[in-house]
Amino acid sequence: MLTLESATVRFGDRAALDGVDLEVADHEIVCVLGPSGSGKSTLLRLVAGLQEADGGRVLLDGTDQDGIPVHQRGLGLMFQDHQLFPHRDVGANVAFGLRMHGAGRGEQDRRVAELLDLVGLPGAERRAVAALSGGEQQRVALARALAPSPRLLMLDEPLGQLDRSLRERLVVELRALFGRLGTTVLAVTHDQGEAFALADRVVVMREGRVAQVGTPLEVWQRPASAFVARFLGFDNVVEATVEGEAADTDWGEVPVPAGSPQGACDLLVRPAGVRIGGPDKGLRCVVGARTFRGSHVAVTLHPERGPVLDAECSLRGTPEEGERVGVTFDASETVVLPALF
Amino acid sequence: MAVPVAFFAVFFAYPVAAIVGRGLKADGVWQFGRFGEVLARPEIRDVLWFTLWQALASTALTLLIALPGAYVFARFDFPGKQVLRAVVTVPFVLPTVVVGTAFLALLGRGGLLDDLWGVRLDTTVWAILLAHVFFNYAVVVRTVGGLWAQLDPRQEEAARVLGASRFTAWRRVTLPALAPAVAAAALMVFLFTFTSFGVVQILGGPGFSTLEVEIYRQTAQLLALPTAAVLTLVQFAAVGAILTVHAWTVRRRERALKLVDPAQTARRPSGAGQWALLGGVLVSVLLLILLPLAVLVERSLGGSGLAYYRALTSADANSGTFLVAPIEAIGNSLRYALVATLIALVVGGLAAAALTRRAGRLVRGFDALLMLPLGVSAVTVGFGFLITLDKPPLDLRTSWILVPLAQALVGVPFVVRTMLPVLRAVDARLREAAAVLGASPLRAWREVDFPLVRRALLVAAGFAFAVSLGEFGATVFIARPDNPTLPVAVARLLGRSGELNYGQAMALSTILMLVCAVSLLLLERIRTDRSGEF
Repeated sequence: MLTLESATVRFGDRAALDGVDLEVADHEIVCVLGPSGSGKSTLLRLVAGLQEADGGRVLLDGTDQDGIPVHQRGLGLMFQDHQLFPHRDVGANVAFGLRMHGAGRGEQDRRVAELLDLVGLPGAERRAVAALSGGEQQRVALARALAPSPRLLMLDEPLGQLDRSLRERLVVELRALFGRLGTTVLAVTHDQGEAFALADRVVVMREGRVAQVGTPLEVWQRPASAFVARFLGFDNVVEATVEGEAADTDWGEVPVPAGSPQGACDLLVRPAGVRIGGPDKGLRCVVGARTFRGSHVAVTLHPERGPVLDAECSLRGTPEEGERVGVTFDASETVVLPALF
Repeated sequence: MAVPVAFFAVFFAYPVAAIVGRGLKADGVWQFGRFGEVLARPEIRDVLWFTLWQALASTALTLLIALPGAYVFARFDFPGKQVLRAVVTVPFVLPTVVVGTAFLALLGRGGLLDDLWGVRLDTTVWAILLAHVFFNYAVVVRTVGGLWAQLDPRQEEAARVLGASRFTAWRRVTLPALAPAVAAAALMVFLFTFTSFGVVQILGGPGFSTLEVEIYRQTAQLLALPTAAVLTLVQFAAVGAILTVHAWTVRRRERALKLVDPAQTARRPSGAGQWALLGGVLVSVLLLILLPLAVLVERSLGGSGLAYYRALTSADANSGTFLVAPIEAIGNSLRYALVATLIALVVGGLAAAALTRRAGRLVRGFDALLMLPLGVSAVTVGFGFLITLDKPPLDLRTSWILVPLAQALVGVPFVVRTMLPVLRAVDARLREAAAVLGASPLRAWREVDFPLVRRALLVAAGFAFAVSLGEFGATVFIARPDNPTLPVAVARLLGRSGELNYGQAMALSTILMLVCAVSLLLLERIRTDRSGEF
């Protein structure tokens, strides 16, 4: 469906996209994940034709899109802040793309009603756009993007401006909807939760380059680099030297899974792999802040050497703040990351 | 960009330059010594001094009276607010001639105050100052009040919580946010009063004369072109300075302020103090704005019903003042104003579009340049038209288009000022959204930009229409005797003695006022944003 071949976009000296290769298959939902400024919005604008490429190619269904203007690419794009037309009502917003493609009056009305039904706003045709809530605007924007049946639907921070509970509900609805319609989707977001809930495949970007590609589970289980690990919210990353099944770190010796690559690397220890015991065994730490997370407690530990450690405890076994404890590590929850990048 | 530039070059720069050249050149040599000569004359110095101090006094007085009004309109909710807002705007689009006539009817010989208490102010400077306040009240209410209504009251509340007294909070939070708007409004008022013509011409009598009136006198009555040229340049320099400062304050105003929907900031007044303030403002509006207009209407009806209006319909009743019945001036005025509006919309619209698309020092300069016709002596422009556009390839002396062209010059700044903020506010991504949905660039403009700008276009058209309708300084030169416009006819009637002429002037002014008021009230219905610059 969509192929990017070493796509490059520069703003002045800075490369917003730096030789990005990307492949999106038919009916696939791909989520581009990255911090702000990593080039993900530029990626969408490039595919849509709103941004000129400084190098590389964009192919849709095998056709090079160079020189094809935006309005002839047959794509759907949902903008970050929706960009609904303020002077048109909901129905006219949804019908806009159909009208541009020369659909008849009856066809438009039928399709608009169908789509508003689909996004959960039946009968909202005559409502003013300004009178909609954030969630409703998002639904209308989605209906508008879907109406002309685009071959590829692109979403820019689709749920960015909504509050947390609504976001969590909508992301599930969206995935179900796209699955039912068989829509090919390329979405960008900075929220890992959103990306993992929505996507078949996740592309993590950093400073205009692809840092990792994989299924949500793969990326979550085996982050490809310290950057990806930190971006996913894991802060227990230290420099290490691996020898056999043990790594030498600032925290002392940490066990690693059998078959890990040898030599200098970065080491990730998931909070679940930090075991808290009595002060006489393992790395000695002082217990810092504790945050209740529903089913478990996140504990910050200040070790006698090395950086701060995040640990996960059950509600029962949580130590008191200021308590002295000893820490051991679980090899199955440690991941050896390539040292570079 | 090319069309507006050409328009201004041919119909503004060229005539003004030509007339200045004619005044300052003798035998092909520039006579800059004339500056010293003219400016050394005591009567000219008097004119300069009077122009300056009356403009300062008018500005101060206008701010004093209108700032409470701006506050009331911004922060209070009361029945009839919309209508009242439209009413206070009426004077601004009223022709200066009508304003002068209204105040003459109120303060002048045989005026209301004269009848009641034997008080006459028409030979004092007070008549001019009050008329200026009347005229410019809306400038302050619109510019300052528009911004004030959008300032978030919670900012002041935040200051209060942090320990500031009510007054300190206002002084530290609201005042700094408002200051650029107040400065911009004050400069606009200063500009309008500094170049005041119609009002001073009618109310000033022989004793008081502004630069613009003096230019007219020197040009039309004394045929002293060198003096007029020097005065034109002096006024030009002053106006240029004012506009430079104005552009600077406007730019400062554009810095990010947290703006909210005006509907959320207005409250019903509570407490004796706020009701007293509201009452005070309403009374001042009543006395200053409604009373002169009401007196004008009353005088036009005279003692004998519609007699004055009937007299307007015949040329003979006027014993040679006109070649045609004065009532025909209405048709002339409307025709001219319509054409002028069209020209102003095309030129101003293109200029605004060009200004939206480009940025930089050059464009900012052009932006300021577009405002110049507001301040440069209209008399000079009118007379300049007569002496420059009289030979091929541009022989327009006998063409009716001359009048609308001159009127359009004054309309263009209004069109640009109204269109610019709206055009700038159209989000480029809306266009992108349309493009992604399959709209070609042209289609996207038609489907997105045009509908969003349409209202502003209508508002701009209304302003340009009203301003063209009331244009006096240039039109008085170039309107032909058999085709007078309303303001010209009014002035001509006022120039004659006799009760019938006086009454007819009142009647014509009333008609002109009604036409302007109706076009403005129509505008008020379609106007959506209240943060315009006038």
